Amino acid sequence: MADETMLVSKKYKRRSQAAEIWRRMRKNKGAMLGLVLVILIVLIAIFSGIFLDYETDVIGQNISQRLQHPSLAHPMGTDDVGRDVMSRLLYGSRYSLSVGVVAVIIALVFGVTLGSVAGFFGGKLEEVIMRASDMLAAVPSILMAIAIVSALGQSTLNLMLAVGITSVPQFVRITRAAVMTVRNQEYIEASRSIGLNEFKIIWSHVLPNCLSPIIVQTTLRVASAIISASSLSFLGLGVPSPDPEWGSMLSAGRKFIRGYSYLTLFPGLAIMITVLSLNLLGDGLRDALDPKLKK
Amino acid sequence: MYRYVIKRLLMLIPVIIGISFLVYFVIDLAPGDIISQIAPEDATVEEIQELREEYGFNKPILIRYGEYMAGMIKGDLGTSYIAGEPVFESYMKRLPNTLMLAFASIFVSVVISIPLGILSAVHQGTWKDNITMVIALLGLSMPNFWLGLLLIILFSLKLGLLPSGGYGTFAHIILPAITVGTGLTAMLTRTTRSSMLDVIRQDYLRTARSKGVPEKRVINKHALKNALIPIITVVGTQLASCLGGAIITETVFSWPGVGRLILDSVNSRDIPMVTGCIIMKTITISIILLCVDLLYAVVDPRIKAQYAGKGGKSHGR
Repeated sequence: MADETMLVSKKYKRRSQAAEIWRRMRKNKGAMLGLVLVILIVLIAIFSGIFLDYETDVIGQNISQRLQHPSLAHPMGTDDVGRDVMSRLLYGSRYSLSVGVVAVIIALVFGVTLGSVAGFFGGKLEEVIMRASDMLAAVPSILMAIAIVSALGQSTLNLMLAVGITSVPQFVRITRAAVMTVRNQEYIEASRSIGLNEFKIIWSHVLPNCLSPIIVQTTLRVASAIISASSLSFLGLGVPSPDPEWGSMLSAGRKFIRGYSYLTLFPGLAIMITVLSLNLLGDGLRDALDPKLKK
Repeated sequence: MYRYVIKRLLMLIPVIIGISFLVYFVIDLAPGDIISQIAPEDATVEEIQELREEYGFNKPILIRYGEYMAGMIKGDLGTSYIAGEPVFESYMKRLPNTLMLAFASIFVSVVISIPLGILSAVHQGTWKDNITMVIALLGLSMPNFWLGLLLIILFSLKLGLLPSGGYGTFAHIILPAITVGTGLTAMLTRTTRSSMLDVIRQDYLRTARSKGVPEKRVINKHALKNALIPIITVVGTQLASCLGGAIITETVFSWPGVGRLILDSVNSRDIPMVTGCIIMKTITISIILLCVDLLYAVVDPRIKAQYAGKGGKSHGR
């Protein structure tokens, strides 16, 4: 019975807080624009798999139609082997989004685990984790990613792994900082005094109170992961061709920059709009989750 | 203060060991080694074996790494497998190009962002603020290589004003510097704005105004000076990252800097070259960051007092 009341009140509290955050989000035009665009891009990624056929629309070559400038039949033109650029761009959202999201999930899992352990326990363990993370952060992320991809071989999965690993240090830092502000609170002492084990305390009492910076960081990191991934593809180390990842499309279009500049224009625009909407959403979330930060 | 500097420099040693090990190991992990590239096409198995021995590839990685580090203690960063010249020399040959691009980019970024950030903070909430913030966000969201290509399309191919790549004259540096600088501008404008906003509501600004200091002077002297610390931090970090070489921009504009050198060496598995360059880079970056921390003391007397008092505590973030 007592449990039930607690559950109800907890649920009520959570809902009202979410409603409060949503109310603040709605007032922020930029954040709402970002949210709408992100939802739209996710929908495109989902439905392009249904409406476009991978074999014919996305990678099927049609030499007779090669390098056609944008027209009604091909709103964004065709590339050097006659593939419709718009179909490839729409389908490409699947690659760019999934690489960004999976990479950040990898970074999130490792970063949050290490960061919360470092922040909560402190001492030698913290020292080791933080120094290791500093070291990883000292190698420029693009270079580290290049090294990882060339060590593991070029594939979409390795690209995700490389971008993910290089984003770990940021999550370690942010989580540790947030955990440190929480770890000396009275409710942590209380849960310790009723005999909860340390990991349970971290999982159910510390982390829930550190969520806002982590959520904000996650949104912003997906944006930068998409840029990193497309940069790697641009250097020829990302998603292997003929898959239509935006960065590799750009890199392929670069050869035809003289005379066929639309081949570099549209993929870049797609990357920018996606990243911009994620950044808008992330900024909006930050303002909504922590009104104190809003200036 | 000297103790602090020495302590910071000593802390570099474990970092260098860690990074060099990480890099050495990851690159060694990559399939295919340098021998397949050095060996003549008609090399026999025995010849390849000989080459492997000559370059020490028959020894386990830990021993090779140990030998490399032993050389490093004597100040020898190794010799490039491909070019055959000392790594230090190759690095130093490229460094001036990277330095030039780095300072030009920082210059572009500072000249644009600090006035924009101040403007946006002073007119908080107005259309000026909104437009500045939208531009900053656009700059942040634009992939570097795309911006570079767009600039090439516009200024080299359509207008024919500037060279699309290469190196040599002042005209060559403009487009790469704008490309790198724009990415930095976004971050720096946002930092300047928020740091100015922190300061702008302080009592001492009201005091300054009420005693009749002209508004321009209030902003430029009283406010900006107190808002400088976060701005310096960002500029310092950006300078440090630029000195590492802007790999992507250098590739787009065929700029012969350190970034390209490292990228090419990773691709050809030139382990001493990559490891050596990264060690040099780490040292450069750490020294810049140390200078930034010391600059705090120059800008803010309160921090200087702390250095004097404790003789060693980090203040940066």
